[in-house]
Amino acid sequence: MWNQIEGAPREELERLQLKRLQDTVQRVYHLVPFYKKKFDEMGIGPEDVRNLEDLKRLPFTTKQDLRDHYPFGLFTVPLDQVVRIHSSSGTTGKPTVVGYTRHDMDVWIEVMARSMSMVDVGPRDVVHNAYGYGLFTGGLGFHYGAERVGAAVVPSSGGFTKRQLLLMKDFGATILCSTPSFALHMAEVAKEDGYDLKKDFKIRAGFFGAEPASEGLRQALRDAWGLTYIEAYGLSEIIGPGVAAGCPYGHLHVFEDHFIPEIIDTETGEVLPDGSEGELVFTTITKQALPIIRYRTKDVTVLHREPCRCGRTLTIMESVKGRADDMLIVNGVNVFPSQVEHVLTKVEGVTPNYVIVLDKKGVLDKLEVWVEVDDRTFADGIGALEQLKARLQQEMLNDLYINVRIKLVEPKTLERSMGKAKRIIDKREAEGLQK
Amino acid sequence: MINKYGIKQLSIFLENRKGRLLEVTKALKDAAINIRALALAESAEFGILRLVVNNPEKAKSVLSSAGFTLREQYVFAVEVPDEPGSFYKVVKVLSDADINIDYTYAFVGDSSKAVLIFKVPSEKLEAALTALEKSGIGLVEPMFFYD
Repeated sequence: MWNQIEGAPREELERLQLKRLQDTVQRVYHLVPFYKKKFDEMGIGPEDVRNLEDLKRLPFTTKQDLRDHYPFGLFTVPLDQVVRIHSSSGTTGKPTVVGYTRHDMDVWIEVMARSMSMVDVGPRDVVHNAYGYGLFTGGLGFHYGAERVGAAVVPSSGGFTKRQLLLMKDFGATILCSTPSFALHMAEVAKEDGYDLKKDFKIRAGFFGAEPASEGLRQALRDAWGLTYIEAYGLSEIIGPGVAAGCPYGHLHVFEDHFIPEIIDTETGEVLPDGSEGELVFTTITKQALPIIRYRTKDVTVLHREPCRCGRTLTIMESVKGRADDMLIVNGVNVFPSQVEHVLTKVEGVTPNYVIVLDKKGVLDKLEVWVEVDDRTFADGIGALEQLKARLQQEMLNDLYINVRIKLVEPKTLERSMGKAKRIIDKREAEGLQK
Repeated sequence: MINKYGIKQLSIFLENRKGRLLEVTKALKDAAINIRALALAESAEFGILRLVVNNPEKAKSVLSSAGFTLREQYVFAVEVPDEPGSFYKVVKVLSDADINIDYTYAFVGDSSKAVLIFKVPSEKLEAALTALEKSGIGLVEPMFFYD
């Protein structure tokens, strides 16, 4: 454990959280007009935060709020105190901008060092960092954390797979930091090029994040590289990677002496008790340049507050199930496209290319999944294809708890009719729950 | 035996969608490929078009690049007298040799002969050809179909 606070008694942790929360609320109320206005409209002031329970009375902050105050409108410090600026790509409008003071950098490096310490990364390790370096927080976040624990960092960034493999082998990298999909891609390329992954490489653990990964993908990475899979969770609005990190027992611990997590009902905004599934919300309590009150992550997960076998008392969050804005409600059951994808990766004979079509049949919702059949998997027989359909329907029922109708389609159909990115077609009435 | 009598058949996965068959046949026409035998299997929402053509390699590349899902497999063909009992004789030989038939289709050759095409599980293909040759049934060489 990097810092004793990770295993401190809850009362001690909560005392610290309250003190820091009160300071943060004072700070944003007096320094950021956006927050003062919101607090005033709701008739609350900083002095109303008397205990941690009062957090739920505070207003939410959304990504749109960050965009509306582009670039520095929510900063609490002048730029001369800012030592780093990151920005996320703005695919749907203006980018969002985040800033760090020297102190914020120390916090970030601290939580990344804690992440690294989940598998005792230290001076004897060579950390191969394949996260992208640049405006994205992933690359530099891992870089500074690995340096802090004394490891030798190879800042390889993304791309150039073959060269990366060569360096990993020749430098004797022991730790890999990358997106799960890139790690799998590297394993495939390595096999094609005749490497023996377990003999030629010394990777003992990997820090994987920045995108959802099914259990199938995680296991594939463990098997291919022979590594311990450590999940990394974070988002730039809160700090970057390092908001939470997985321990060797597979539990994702939130560094809540810096970031307080809550789970809310995404429709009503009500706080839900531990063990309930809902939207994850974070409040930063130590950040200076860009403190954020109750930031709605749109990530759907569950929180558990119980001590872990690893010795940490920090709140455990489950792996993110999906995005609140991707969530479909089908006859009252929550369904995420990622669950559909997971089933497809489990069943041999189909590609993970799919489209979900939602429609009404009378008063009931009807969910259809169109799945591509490609050359490698196409069995020449009606019977074999019908069996594949039946198997997929059964697996969907097991995993999603709803009846899904499977339709087998030709590969190009999905692209041609709707463009690759569009995975969901909702034909239900406009008053339906999906936007 | 497979080298001598195996005939390359292309199976094409088709959604039951208006115009899809037209697109396959047009792609073949534009590439000047001649269909020598065909069969279409169908379910409620998709079908499988099976083709023996005069130039399987070319057909495969043309259809692949047109985005069709396809699979190439070996089938075999026999030529029998166009009269009652001929089909029975062939099926009997295969049945006696304990070989399941996945599917079969046929066309009339010249005025007195019919050609039957059979697909059996690939691990049974060699045994099927041996049994048929032994029984004196006329196996058709691929050159009959190809250019």
